[in-house]
Amino acid sequence: MIKAIIIDDEPLAREVVKEYLQSFPDVQVLQECNDGFEGLKAIQQHQPDILFLDIQMPKINGFEMLELVEELPAVIFTTAFEEHAIRAFEVNAIDYLLKPFSKDRFEKALQKWLSSRTVTTTAAAAPQQTAQLLETASASMPTQSNRIVVKINGKIKIIPVQDVHYLEAADDYVKIITQEGAFLKNKTMAFFEQTLDPQQFARVHRSYMLNVNQVTRIEPYEKENHLAILRTGAKVPVSKTGYPRLKAALGL
Amino acid sequence: MVVTTYIAILVYGVLLIQWFHLSPATAWVDSAVHILLLSAKVSMITQNLAYYRPARGKYIFVLSYSTVLSAIWLALTYWVLKYIFPNDKTYIEWLNAAVPVHFIVAWLVITAMAVKALVWYDIAEQREEGQRREASERLSREAELYKLRQQLQPHFLFNSLNSINALIAIRPQQAREMVLKLSDFLRGTLKREDQQWIPLPEELQYLQWYLDIEKVRFGHRLSTEVTSTPESEVLQMPPMLLQPVVENAIKFGLYDTTDAITITIKAWQQDEMLFVQVQNPYDSALQQPNRGTGFGLSSIRRRLYLLFARHDLLETSSDQLIFTTLIKVPQTYDKSHNN
Repeated sequence: MIKAIIIDDEPLAREVVKEYLQSFPDVQVLQECNDGFEGLKAIQQHQPDILFLDIQMPKINGFEMLELVEELPAVIFTTAFEEHAIRAFEVNAIDYLLKPFSKDRFEKALQKWLSSRTVTTTAAAAPQQTAQLLETASASMPTQSNRIVVKINGKIKIIPVQDVHYLEAADDYVKIITQEGAFLKNKTMAFFEQTLDPQQFARVHRSYMLNVNQVTRIEPYEKENHLAILRTGAKVPVSKTGYPRLKAALGL
Repeated sequence: MVVTTYIAILVYGVLLIQWFHLSPATAWVDSAVHILLLSAKVSMITQNLAYYRPARGKYIFVLSYSTVLSAIWLALTYWVLKYIFPNDKTYIEWLNAAVPVHFIVAWLVITAMAVKALVWYDIAEQREEGQRREASERLSREAELYKLRQQLQPHFLFNSLNSINALIAIRPQQAREMVLKLSDFLRGTLKREDQQWIPLPEELQYLQWYLDIEKVRFGHRLSTEVTSTPESEVLQMPPMLLQPVVENAIKFGLYDTTDAITITIKAWQQDEMLFVQVQNPYDSALQQPNRGTGFGLSSIRRRLYLLFARHDLLETSSDQLIFTTLIKVPQTYDKSHNN
């Protein structure tokens, strides 16, 4: 049996997927979800093999939800959203279905995944593909840059980017320091460099990125290095290569 | 300019010595005075033309200007050279005899340079204007395209078609209703392009179609209350004014929430103006209406300003749960064109 979850905020859109799935008796829809919050909970509970996922949804969008999933299942996007991401998707995605889509198109997408699954016997290829797709696609999502979604004690927290003081690399994670405290996110600094507005966030150091609106003072520190002093009093190291970037972001 | 002047002084000086057999000292001074002052006049007229070119009769202007400059130049050189060589009788006689020739040559040089400058500035101006026109045309084309795309709302359209696709299999009758509503709505979108003002009931009907389609898409989650007082039904409003407000209400009230919600639209008359109020709930944890331009109302405010030259026609307020937008429409349309 193949475990599937449908996540879409429109009931009729879910109906279409369910109807098309009738030709695949192996695939069982374990749950239908209205938004990313529900979706995340359902994924943790059921550990599905495949997701049918909309992108624009209330609270958090499809991409933001996937960022919080630890074991990525295979994903087929179903959306009317056709921005630049499409091209990236078509290269990497298991599939990307533009609403409205035909039954043929849907079956082709699912068939493609099913056959790749039997060939590799493990489903390892799919999550890898999805993760790759995510990196390329989320960078081109315009709504990505004004908030960061994190998970804390199993709950989802949405941080508006203006509340972020700075970001610090911490092994496989990035520590997001805000006035409410620090949050961890399983991402790279490069990811944040791509998604955050370069006017507002400067990569000032290999391990640091800071919100330029928080900077009150820049002091020289050792030779060729600097320290940025934030409003909170926090000191963030600025490297030799990071200094010009900080100055550019500050408009100096 | 400097190099040309320098060469001209040399050539003219050599000419005076070889042809007119002036003594070298006299010849060089004569050459320097004539050529330097001529060069000054030429640069004066070309500079002037850079800043001032009469729109009409510019060639007559240039000819008379160069004539005046030539006369001044002649008087100046004559006076300066006489002052330098008061006792050189033969030279002064020669200078007197050369007055007409000097004048003609100076006039020719100044006029030629001025006409050349004139043509050059005109071409530069034309090129600049061409670039400006091209840029402004490109901008207006882009704006037009953007407007068209926005009016068609591709996102809304494709999601609606997707809902119809689902309904065809499960509830065909409702699919048909949805097709008809979508057609009415799209026809309304196309029709209002060339309409100046439309009656309030027509605008409300149009919004009702839009809301009805959203109701089908989102099941029982959306309910709407559209009301207007009887006396407000004769009032008119510009098209496409209310729609962005309702779209906003849908975006923040419906797309970004998960609960059952109600959107209310109320219209009434007050102080000779049409008042339309749109209310939608919003998720205060996710959206901060006072922060930035998140609610996208700046373009509506701009539209109202362009139509009525007033900044006080759009009011917004919010409590913890409900966001309220109030639009006031002065009844300034030309009533004589009504049917």
